[in-house]
Amino acid sequence: MAGWLFVITLVLALVAVYRPFGDYMYRVVTGTRSNVVERGVYRLVGVNPSAEQTWGVYARSVLAFSAVSILFLYAFLRLQDKLWLSLGFDPVTSHVAWNTAVSFVSNTNWQAYSGESTMGHLAQMAGLAVQNFVSAAVGIAVAVALIRGFASRGSGELGNFWVDLTRITVRVLLPVAALATLIFMVGGMVQNLSGGTDVTTLTGAAQHITGGPVASQEAIKLLGTNGGGFYNANSAHPFENPTTWTNWIQIFLILLIPFSLPRVFGRMVGQNRQGYAIVAVMAVLAIASTALTIGFELHGAGTVPQAVGAAMEGKETRFGIPDSATFAAATTLTSTGAVNSFHDSYTALGGMMPMVNMMLGEVAPGGTGSGLYGLLILAVITVFVAGLMVGRTPEYLGKKIGAREMKLASSYFLITPALVLIGTAAAFANGHNSTALNVGPHGLSEVLYAFTSASNNNGSAFAGITVNTPWWDTALGLAMLLGRFLPIVLVLALAGSLARQKVTPESEGTLPTHQPLFVGLVVGVTVVLVALTFLPALALGPIAEGLS
Amino acid sequence: MRLPAWLSQHIAALRALLVMTVLLGLLYPLLFVAVGRIPGLSDKAGGSIVGTSGSRLIGQAFTDADGNPVLKYFQSRPSKAGDGYDPTATGASNLGPESVVDSPDAPSLLTQVCERSLAVGKLENVDGSRPYCTPDGVGAVLAVFYRDGLTGPVTRAVSVNQTGTPFIATYEGVTVESAQPGQDYQALGGVITPIRGDAPGKPAVPADAVTTSGSGLDPDISPAYAELQVPRIARERGLTEDQVRKLVKEHTDGRALGFLGEPAVNVLELNLALNGK
Repeated sequence: MAGWLFVITLVLALVAVYRPFGDYMYRVVTGTRSNVVERGVYRLVGVNPSAEQTWGVYARSVLAFSAVSILFLYAFLRLQDKLWLSLGFDPVTSHVAWNTAVSFVSNTNWQAYSGESTMGHLAQMAGLAVQNFVSAAVGIAVAVALIRGFASRGSGELGNFWVDLTRITVRVLLPVAALATLIFMVGGMVQNLSGGTDVTTLTGAAQHITGGPVASQEAIKLLGTNGGGFYNANSAHPFENPTTWTNWIQIFLILLIPFSLPRVFGRMVGQNRQGYAIVAVMAVLAIASTALTIGFELHGAGTVPQAVGAAMEGKETRFGIPDSATFAAATTLTSTGAVNSFHDSYTALGGMMPMVNMMLGEVAPGGTGSGLYGLLILAVITVFVAGLMVGRTPEYLGKKIGAREMKLASSYFLITPALVLIGTAAAFANGHNSTALNVGPHGLSEVLYAFTSASNNNGSAFAGITVNTPWWDTALGLAMLLGRFLPIVLVLALAGSLARQKVTPESEGTLPTHQPLFVGLVVGVTVVLVALTFLPALALGPIAEGLS
Repeated sequence: MRLPAWLSQHIAALRALLVMTVLLGLLYPLLFVAVGRIPGLSDKAGGSIVGTSGSRLIGQAFTDADGNPVLKYFQSRPSKAGDGYDPTATGASNLGPESVVDSPDAPSLLTQVCERSLAVGKLENVDGSRPYCTPDGVGAVLAVFYRDGLTGPVTRAVSVNQTGTPFIATYEGVTVESAQPGQDYQALGGVITPIRGDAPGKPAVPADAVTTSGSGLDPDISPAYAELQVPRIARERGLTEDQVRKLVKEHTDGRALGFLGEPAVNVLELNLALNGK
């Protein structure tokens, strides 16, 4: 009962902030007046804030910023022993540094390393955590650019990437993260630059209590749907998630921006009801998935959970089963990938749900920005499918969905399944699945989960698999890189194509895209596309395990 | 001189990244490191250290140098962080729900659970038996060979986790053999079949006592596991059980706001309070 109340209060809180927070973000991304900090940033960066960009320039700006970020972060990690606060750790090895740099820049935060034994404090806060902010801002900026494409009257312009990046970071991410940091510190999270405290336990053993600027990093780890933990144990670690109520706030922060962005969409296209339709699709999928995950975990099927009497392996006493399962659902429904319990030890079907959530393309509600643009792509595909049914030229928000738009949308959809399935096949073909801890169907699940997580930029893991080998680091790094930036380029190309179109007035043949019928259609298209793509792989992994 | 567009774009990108690094990577975290020095917050920001004996948020093992439980202390959950409760190597077992066959170098999750249950049962003088566990504390799992692969009559049955006497004598009329060390019966075509046995559905040893946490640093145990340990603590310390129970209650955190998380007992604080008695 307490578990369901936990979910219901989260839903109510998200409903309550949808309008005010969405309206606030709308004003941030459409506003034109700059404050002192922003003007300073524009001057230092050397950009003209009022210059509009076409999709090509916008995309090249995103790619330039991300490329520079990857190189910078790679160098940072390789040179960490020469910098301050390294805590005496060696430079990060080349393949782990590549993997980690791509991982944080692509908003994935897959961790091929163990924080407490690899990363110094400066590398964490000035290297990794900076990307937590800006990679989230990049996602939101791309989503906003797509909305501008829909809202445009034919100018072909999508705004200015540098302005979007700056305003989203300074006005949305930083203030909310600062508030969350303070709340987390009250909850008991550590925030210091200490190398740790040596204590002697009650029975005389030595224990090294670790330190670090944890609270400030946690706040943006969740708000930016990043998920890279300060420590290996991520949000299961008492210093990253000390209490039952910080756990609630963490899940709320994960969902806050993704669930409020449809409001920005509705406002910018001038019809709030379009935003409600999109958020309804997200909510239907998210609530169904969360309820299933909690149900499977509470039911506790499987030999070991039956022997134990509950699926408690890998879960913390203070969180218990329902709140852990809720976190697992939220972290994979978005692109977060933080964990407060270890998915590898979940029941077979309970562990399948996080994978299914990611395979949905992380659109319910998805990552910051990436969730909204992913769902809008699915909406475009739905409009097209519906148009085929009645034999009319499909249009969405007054923009015709023609051959070019559909090519871009379908390519977008195909990228992640291709990366996941080819990657998984390659791992088995080359024998690299042998680093999985478990054997049989569960071993397949571990490999499948790894590529699903990387390609969808999630970053959570069935952590039993050993992935800090050169092959895994390289392969997953490529999956993360392509899984992030190919879709972004396609989304911006679509935005550019829409932005060049004049608005077509609604006619009798136009499918209304704000009604329950459309919501149902999008949910249906999403589920059917995913089922067709991934069911064979799932049948060999978690479903086989659950049936045995 | 005018730079080509692609180059000036990358220079702008580098400048933007550097500005963001100073703002978000230095000013923001350092501001909160400073906030963490404020009295009232400094204790928590420093790691909630209690005296010199640990952190109230980080669990520890109350065992002696050989890993045996120190009887006068409440015991924590099993841990997979390093050799147990090592904050420099946090993590979980990551073994799946069907990890039931022991391999030569690594016991299955099922066997670990069975072993722990038996040990805790012995320590607390209760029945340590569990479903799917043998009386000698390993996973009760047979490799069953059928005449036609997956169907037909049973031709052979091996208790895969036991080299001594099998936990049941016969299965479907076939005498159960014990396992030869190092033999992979699954590869030979045996169907892995866990056997439920007749242990009570609700074992005397609670779930958290036989499972490891996600972090390996879980500072808490369930009220049920604390209650199980009360008689031993009272006996070892010459206290009445009610005195011990009162202390347990004082160090039990209920669900926050009545619905967040689960009730939990902080083991370090409880043991410190016992020492102060």
